[in-house]
Amino acid sequence: MATLPLDHDKVADCRHLARGIAANVQQYIDGHTTVAVERTVLRLLGVDGTGEHGAPLANLLVETLHKAGVLGKGAAWWMGRCFRLGMDSPTTMALELPRLLAAGDRGVPPLSAEDEQALQDDVAALARDAVEELGRRREHRKALRRSLGIGPDPQKYIIVATGNIHEDAVQARAAAQAGAQIIAVIRSTAQSLLDYVPQGATTEGFGGTYATQENFRIMREALDDESRKLGRYIQLTNYSSGLCMPEIAYMAAHERLDMLLNDSMYGILFRDINMRRTFIDQYFSRRIVAHAGIIINTGEDNYLTTADAVDKGHTVLTSQFINEALAHLAGMKDSQLGLGHAHEIDPWLEDSWLLELAMAQLVRQVFPAHPIKFMPPTKHMTGDIFWSHVYDAMFNLATVATRQSIQLAGVMTEAMHTPLMMDRYAAIKSVNYIFNAARHLGEEIEFKRGGIIDQRARLVLDRAHAELQHVSRAGLMDAIGEGVFADTRRKLDGGKGHDGVVQRDAGYFNPFLSLLTPAAEPY
Amino acid sequence: MQRRIRPYGDKTDDGVIQMSFTLPVPAGPRAREAARLLLEREMGMKDVKIASMEGIATDYTYFVAYASTQASLDYDAVDVPIVKTPNYGFTGVNQRIESELKRHIIVVGGNNGFDSHTVGIDAIINMKGFSGDYGLERYPWFRAFNLGAQLKDDEFLDRAVEVNADAVLVSKVVTQRDIHKEDALGLIQRAKDRGLRDRFIFVIGGPRLTHKEGLEWGFDAGFGPGTKPSDVASYLADEVIRRARGRQR
Repeated sequence: MATLPLDHDKVADCRHLARGIAANVQQYIDGHTTVAVERTVLRLLGVDGTGEHGAPLANLLVETLHKAGVLGKGAAWWMGRCFRLGMDSPTTMALELPRLLAAGDRGVPPLSAEDEQALQDDVAALARDAVEELGRRREHRKALRRSLGIGPDPQKYIIVATGNIHEDAVQARAAAQAGAQIIAVIRSTAQSLLDYVPQGATTEGFGGTYATQENFRIMREALDDESRKLGRYIQLTNYSSGLCMPEIAYMAAHERLDMLLNDSMYGILFRDINMRRTFIDQYFSRRIVAHAGIIINTGEDNYLTTADAVDKGHTVLTSQFINEALAHLAGMKDSQLGLGHAHEIDPWLEDSWLLELAMAQLVRQVFPAHPIKFMPPTKHMTGDIFWSHVYDAMFNLATVATRQSIQLAGVMTEAMHTPLMMDRYAAIKSVNYIFNAARHLGEEIEFKRGGIIDQRARLVLDRAHAELQHVSRAGLMDAIGEGVFADTRRKLDGGKGHDGVVQRDAGYFNPFLSLLTPAAEPY
Repeated sequence: MQRRIRPYGDKTDDGVIQMSFTLPVPAGPRAREAARLLLEREMGMKDVKIASMEGIATDYTYFVAYASTQASLDYDAVDVPIVKTPNYGFTGVNQRIESELKRHIIVVGGNNGFDSHTVGIDAIINMKGFSGDYGLERYPWFRAFNLGAQLKDDEFLDRAVEVNADAVLVSKVVTQRDIHKEDALGLIQRAKDRGLRDRFIFVIGGPRLTHKEGLEWGFDAGFGPGTKPSDVASYLADEVIRRARGRQR
């Protein structure tokens, strides 16, 4: 197996630094909650459907509590309180709660210690059922996945994005037939900034299809069927990012999705979502994901679309260490961490492909047990689809030579439109050819000591190490403030969704924090 | 004088075009004939060669084909409005502004509406620029504000007023369902409603845009794929200087 001579002490120190950085952020997380976390708690407790003006009931209830300034107690507590006041349906709660809260102690009288205990016991029982249900769904997926098998690494990850979930299902089946092992349904542009999850099946989207629980179900059902036909389990992924990160994690867990795009910093840097909000949200989403056995894909590839891939390659590694440390704190296992990186170096630079190889090999070795994910070129793709197809082919070769776990297939029309069926087919055909033709290349070659690849890998690790030292001194939130990642600066209280951050009360109640235990065997 | 042209394969006027497309039918002799007839009988092409036919999914077949067209056109009659400013380069633009305008050019840029992509506006405004060409932030004689994506129209215009901008740069990337056109027209309409249309130079740009479209949609200029920051900077320098002279007279 071709390996680079890695400075293991330095790698260990990077992990040590990242653990410290994450622990600091975790302290803040543990004292807070958000409207998104509380909506997720309600959904876990069975609050589904919509109320006034088609708004999700989970939103209506959490908004009511937030406006009244009582969300710090936890939505789960308030649900239990409503039970004790004789309300058993979320619709009734949404209608009655504003009036009761306005009436103060007359509306919601204080409870005896005994009643308080009974309230918590009632809700905890519901929560236990919900968590057990997620566990059953995980086991169902595991059985299906194991009986059919998923095929070899690098796993071929293909995107569909028609805007219409039913059309997506047709395209997903076609991609699976051509060899795709993982199907990603791209979200409609701007969904990450919606502070609610749309409801039901959708047939209209912009640049993608809305992530809704019903859409998840429709696609998983189509893929279950296609998996049985092909005798090969096809995985499904979507996006747990943006202002509804934990809610989408719950929906995905419930609908048996296999993977989720989920990053501790992506929303902050690329969607200008408030950093406090994002850190709190990512934690709860990852608690769910840890239990549900879902693999996450992190978004470090995006750094290189704004910053230069040669100058800032090390920020990818830096962020991977931090994503890993934060995921561990949420109970996730290495086998669930699809840390992301990308093939984005200027292709016209001399030896650019050697630099790509160095980065891919370095990430492979630093994260040996992780299903790392390699993303295709986007920034330098052009409308010359013939050249772009060749460029993608070089990416495919780098992927197989460095034994990446997951590869998002590059499509030659990347710079033009969401892939047409034939674009996608041509892309998969190229991947099939190169993965097969060079399957064991990585075991046959050796990297020259002190050569271009070796030196580049050393440089990237050194710089990542220095960066982690810097972030460790500054603290992660301040480091983001000064633009360490993706050349993008964000303020502590700036960005979208900051008003949805709430300090936990002393009596904060969220039974899921103890119930969502990591899956012993995720998949 | 007319100069009629046809596509060039390997001989003048052979009219050869390469094509690839998918038909929603299973692969087979009938599908191949259907593809040929589509090109020959329905589209009027000659010498149709179906180079490749491959079933790419149940009931979908992918073709690569070559054919000749008899169609030709008068090249001299092709009229494409283009932005007529030469590219003065980084140094040239700055010198021009320094000597002729003697004040900074102020620019706000962003992507309004649905589109969440900042890649276009980043390439033009951010320090780093694009393809070795520095972004407007790097120009000493520009003050450029990158407002990012998914801007509300009013938010966008408010900022332009607040910083007393000379120009508003609009980037559009996603074109599905003509959402880019809708957003672009919406911004211009809002500017008109607020009486701001003539206060700023409105420029639109994107990978699927042309100057012609920009003009049709009510902008002062449109920039297409391959546009470098110095192209936009040169245009803005000329246009701001031109307008400043107009006011002096």
